[in-house]
Amino acid sequence: MTTADAKTRLELLTTMLRVRRFEERCVELYSAEKIRGFMHLCIGEEAVSAGVLRALGPLDAVVSTYREHGHALARGLPMAAVMAEMFGRATGASHGRGGSMHLFDGERRFYGGNAIVAGGLPVAVGLALADRMRDRPTVTACLFGDGAVAEGEFHECMNLAALWRLPVLFCCENNRYAMGTALEREHAVTDLALRASSYGMRSWAVDGMDAEAVADVAARAVDTIRGGSGPCFLELSTYRFRAHSMYDSDRYRDKAEIGAWKRRDPIPALTELMRAADQLTDEDLAGIEATIGEEIDTAVAAAEQAPVEPVADLTRFVYSERT
Amino acid sequence: MTTVRTTYREALREAMRSAMREDERVFLMGEDVGRYGGCYAVSLGLLEEFGPDRIRDTPLSESAFVGAGIGAAIAGMRPIVEIMTVNFSLLALDQILNNAATLLHMSGGQIAVPLVIRMTTGAGRQLAAQHSHSLEGWYAHIPGLRVISPATVADARGMLATALADPDPVIMFEHNSLYSVEGELSDGGPVDIDTAAVRRPGTDVTLISYGGTVAKALDAAGELADAGISAEVIDLRTLRPLDERTLLESVGRTHRAVVVDEGWRSGSLAAEIAARIAEQAFYQLDAPVARVCAAEVPVPYAAQLEQAALPQVADIVAAVRAMVG
Ligand SMILES: Cc1ncc(C[n+]2csc(CCOP(=O)(O)OP(=O)(O)O)c2C)c(N)n1
Ligand SMILES: [Mg+2]
Repeated sequence: MTTADAKTRLELLTTMLRVRRFEERCVELYSAEKIRGFMHLCIGEEAVSAGVLRALGPLDAVVSTYREHGHALARGLPMAAVMAEMFGRATGASHGRGGSMHLFDGERRFYGGNAIVAGGLPVAVGLALADRMRDRPTVTACLFGDGAVAEGEFHECMNLAALWRLPVLFCCENNRYAMGTALEREHAVTDLALRASSYGMRSWAVDGMDAEAVADVAARAVDTIRGGSGPCFLELSTYRFRAHSMYDSDRYRDKAEIGAWKRRDPIPALTELMRAADQLTDEDLAGIEATIGEEIDTAVAAAEQAPVEPVADLTRFVYSERT
Repeated sequence: MTTVRTTYREALREAMRSAMREDERVFLMGEDVGRYGGCYAVSLGLLEEFGPDRIRDTPLSESAFVGAGIGAAIAGMRPIVEIMTVNFSLLALDQILNNAATLLHMSGGQIAVPLVIRMTTGAGRQLAAQHSHSLEGWYAHIPGLRVISPATVADARGMLATALADPDPVIMFEHNSLYSVEGELSDGGPVDIDTAAVRRPGTDVTLISYGGTVAKALDAAGELADAGISAEVIDLRTLRPLDERTLLESVGRTHRAVVVDEGWRSGSLAAEIAARIAEQAFYQLDAPVARVCAAEVPVPYAAQLEQAALPQVADIVAAVRAMVG
């Protein structure tokens, strides 16, 4: 093991823990009715956020779904802005207009937070198109679920991106369920990477519970795209440990199945690896947890105290402000 | 005749159940309608009773399964297609407008599409701008469709059977605030889907509402009564074609009208109703027709903003007071 590997591992672990603890706090805040509406957690899927987003540079673009807390935090959106958005406050990432499902950060090229399944893919294609037309060496990462692969927009976008050789990294977070519908009941062919390759793009099937593997393949795919290959596709096999959303009673999944996936939890998996390689001590871990805990406390306190958007501004942002 | 107390959700389920028992051509398809029981639990238990052939879970492919409903209807089935939320119906709008609403005419009367599409509509639960809109007015714009909007338990139970008997496509809107509302159901048989209903008689002003706004109009009428103003409340029930007669008769008695609509004001169903009243009852009006609509903004997440964006009882009361003077 090189020190570079150790550093990468530490970063991946820290990102995953940050996302996990953040969402755990969100559950409490949801029960306390501080956070409302639909809230979709990525607990169990953090290796995807940590690994994929790590492969991108600051000029690259990201398009995500309603299950995007992890993507947003890993992209570098300030936790305070994400938390305040979920509280619906003026200091929120989307000025309280979006909530949990619609986090945006134009400066960091984080283009949402799209809650129409597959609705983000065409936008990603367009972002990549513009960057290509302007000769920018950027990649647009587009994250979506296995359910999105059934939508027409998915197939239109795969073809268009491949046809025009656009720099899009399609990242399918295959957590085996689209709400209550299991993968086998939504797809005639469940090998999603294989289907992607039929569009003439390079595709990889990746263990989405292994943060290092995700980081590694994502980095390679991004390099390939920057080299002019056109789009690439990652199928990231993962699992959500929690229900689809806070409204979902999760009656359609087998307890044993959930248990089996929980034993593959990406956070303890990486922690153990690092411990075994003498890359992480108990004190290190306690230190990381303490820092994260403080960051979350600060974000929550700030959100609690933040002002709400005045009702007088109700129709603000419907059109651009012109000066 | 026995009366049972039931919810809007259960009434819808009962309507589907009896339609499926009575007519083997009837089947339900949509996302998570089977194993999951429907995202609003409307079809809960139907899979167990009717099996996966007739309670069909679909992948996320609104255009494909709505279009498949059209094809199946043409070929002699009586499909009920459920779309989770009106915003997602936009992925199927091509099929609804360019096929369902058009085939009969375009084929010179040969190809009828007896399809029922059910979908949830409306805001109020902080679901933000991709899950909260009221696009009934858009659908009511389309010739070839019939658009219905049950606002009561009895209509939830009775309208579906009539819709299924209709030879043409019917779009049924279910406001999310109604599913858990309880009411008395006395008959449980089919009801007409041609006429509007007077939900509360009155003499000073007509409040015209549908779906999720009927309860608000009734609350407003209650408040107005306390202030000595007698408001008549109309539930449109069917949004296309509009039952002009009931509207005009009411306005003929009250001489004032306020249209309450959770859709955006510009180009809205409320605009259409106001225009028809102006065209046909202008000389009977004592005041210009007023409208209480949603603010022209994609529905925001934050509670205070969302509530401000929606028609409220206080807005209706204020609109009436402004015209009654
Ligand atoms: C077009 C559209 N149809 C239906 C929905 C309702 N819905 C929201 S998430 C979801 C499941 C999506 O599954 P998947 O793409 O696998 O993502 P996951 O939630 O598993 O992350 C459904 C059916 C929606 N938001 N958009
Ligand atoms: Mg999924």
